[in-house]
Amino acid sequence: MNPQLESLPLWASLPITLLLLLGSAIVLIGALGLVRLPHFFQRIHGPAITITLGTGSILIASMIYFSALQSRLVIHELLITVFVMLTAPVVAMLLMRTAVYRDLRARDRRPIVSANKSKTTTEVYPFSSKEEP
Amino acid sequence: MTTLLSLAINITLLSVLLAMLLCTVRLLRGPTAQDRVLALDTLWMCAMLFALALGIRFGSVIYFEAAMLIALTGFVSTIALTKFLMRGEVIE
Repeated sequence: MNPQLESLPLWASLPITLLLLLGSAIVLIGALGLVRLPHFFQRIHGPAITITLGTGSILIASMIYFSALQSRLVIHELLITVFVMLTAPVVAMLLMRTAVYRDLRARDRRPIVSANKSKTTTEVYPFSSKEEP
Repeated sequence: MTTLLSLAINITLLSVLLAMLLCTVRLLRGPTAQDRVLALDTLWMCAMLFALALGIRFGSVIYFEAAMLIALTGFVSTIALTKFLMRGEVIE
């Protein structure tokens, strides 16, 4: 272990410990949800908890740690927090829209292929055949 | 208190590694392509958290920049992958 941990006061090391334990538990729960849940639209909720609460608590722990270590306010971890909080909804929206779109396309394509029993234009060129819903 | 803190840091490192392992399981097993993209995005996030925990472990600020870069690259790569899955090409 690094020797800097010895010089850390109690008011800093107690919240750092609690936040690190909370963050690691949340990250583990999120990954378990990603593996265990049965459907894609349920599985997308697992990483959301990792991104918001797990990342937030570990970043706050890092902020307190470096502030206590250098005895000045070190808040450049806020950059990562703001960036992650801004981009997580965008990524989730795009992924869900992609999943809905691909499910609809697969459902639309299936009866045509099974009726003709051959490669149709819909199967070969799925983007140019018709208007998307 | 110091031993408790070092124990908590080690537990954090181990559990983030375990989370990365579970994401890799979903990445290899995932039935559809969007599952794999979701697993890859979570893997990026866990790698960022791992870099942050390593920064706390070694008491160095250098790891913060690595975590920042990992977060930026992960966002861009996930957006490119979802765009590709939706439209069939990345830049139209």
